Parts: sequence; structure tokens; C-alpha cells
Amino acid sequence: MASKNVASVDKDICVACGACTKVCPRQAISIKNGCFSFVNADLCVGCGKCAGTCPADCISITPRIAV
Amino acid sequence: MKKQWYDYLWIWSIIYFALGFFNILFAWLGMIDFFLPLIFAIFGGNKFFCNNMCGRGQLLNKLGTDLKCSSNHKTPKWMVSKWFRYGFLIFFLTMFSNIIYQTYLVFSGANSLREVVKLFWTFKVPWGWAYTQGTTLDWIAQFSFGFYSLMLTSTLIGIIVMVLFKPRSWCTFCPMGTMTQGICKLKNH
Repeated sequence: MASKNVASVDKDICVACGACTKVCPRQAISIKNGCFSFVNADLCVGCGKCAGTCPADCISITPRIAV
Repeated sequence: MKKQWYDYLWIWSIIYFALGFFNILFAWLGMIDFFLPLIFAIFGGNKFFCNNMCGRGQLLNKLGTDLKCSSNHKTPKWMVSKWFRYGFLIFFLTMFSNIIYQTYLVFSGANSLREVVKLFWTFKVPWGWAYTQGTTLDWIAQFSFGFYSLMLTSTLIGIIVMVLFKPRSWCTFCPMGTMTQGICKLKNH
């Protein structure tokens, strides 16, 4: 069953440092072409670890239905 | 996630500054950190270096997260803004160009070697013991002093923002990161 929440990335602000990819317990985040972080919504459990570590504060945890 | 050999490159960051403390000529090794991210971005179209191999980023993460030296406050919005990122990149490149120019002046004989490491482009640190004049060509040593100053200053800025904000706050305006992301955007769009 899919989690209630999911992470979403503001691509305009993301600096593609990769800090979020290191803390994700499900390896749901990758860096897309060196430009921004990409969240695989199917794997994301919405735990918020990525949002907590992001230095650019560009990741938010939103209800899955709103995505 | 299984650890890779490059997950330990934070040790390289410490070794680099330690080596330069005893012999300034080791500062040239810092050029690896300058060219490798560009090579990955230009030929690979990715930020593999920033994401996996940046010793400084790993060190800041170690200090901030593992050793809990970071306050974990949000990075100010202006620090993440495009004007600040590109402004800092221009400033950084200007300072790097100045190092090249000073090296050229010594190379051409217009200036003599100045054995000084400057922090924040202002405060002189007596690093004279790290070099014995005549060991190599003066311009090679001149570049070492300038480049070591730049590397040390940028690391100190990284540590300050790590303590005040998030462990990897430096990454939001790191000149190499800004440059490689810009290259990737140009290459992949």
C-alpha cells in the first residue's frame, strides 16, 4: 500500500548536491542529469529525511493525493 | 546502502590541508578537485563528483551530521538564490584569475615570490615554513600559496555555514557546484 505522503522537489531551487540521495532509506531519489533531484513516487514512503537534510530547502512532503 | 571507496574521500580533504601545512607545493593537488567536477560535467553531463566524490561535502556532512556540529537551521533564502550563487561564482572566478595573474607576474619576473597564505583575502597567515626558497621555480610556489589560500578560505566558509545552518549549506553556493550544474543544464536541455 502506498504511503499517505510523498516528497516533491522544487526543480528551480534544487542545486543537485545529492545530499538527499544519501539519506533516503528507500533509494527513491536520484539526481536527474546533474540538474535536479528526482523522486520516484512509487518507492517514496514520505518519511521526510530528504527534506530535513536538503540544504536548499527545496523538498517538501505533501499528501500523495495532491501530487 | 553499501559503502563505496569514494565514500571515504572526506579523509582526502583532511590530508590535503595537512600536507599543505608542511609543504605548500602539495596545494597543486587541489587542482584535481577543480578539474574532475568539470570533466564529469562536460563529458558525462552529470554531477557525479558533487554527488559522490566531493571530499569537502563529505567532511562537512561528517562534522555537521555525525559529530552534530551543525545547528541544522534553514539556509537563508538569499543564500540559495540564483543571484547569490552566480554572484559568488563570479567573485570566486575573479579571485582565481587573480591567483593566475600573480603567478604570471612572478613567472615573468615582474614580481618576486610572496610566501604568504591569506585567509578571506585579507588576513595573512605565516606559512613561510611550508616552503624553502629555491626548491622549485618561484611561479610554481606562488601558485601554491595563492591556491592554498583559496582552498582554505572556501573550506572555512563551508565550516561556518555548516555550523550556522545545515551541514551541506556550502553546496548551495559552491562555485564548482554552480558551474557544473550550469554545464549540465546547458548540456541536457
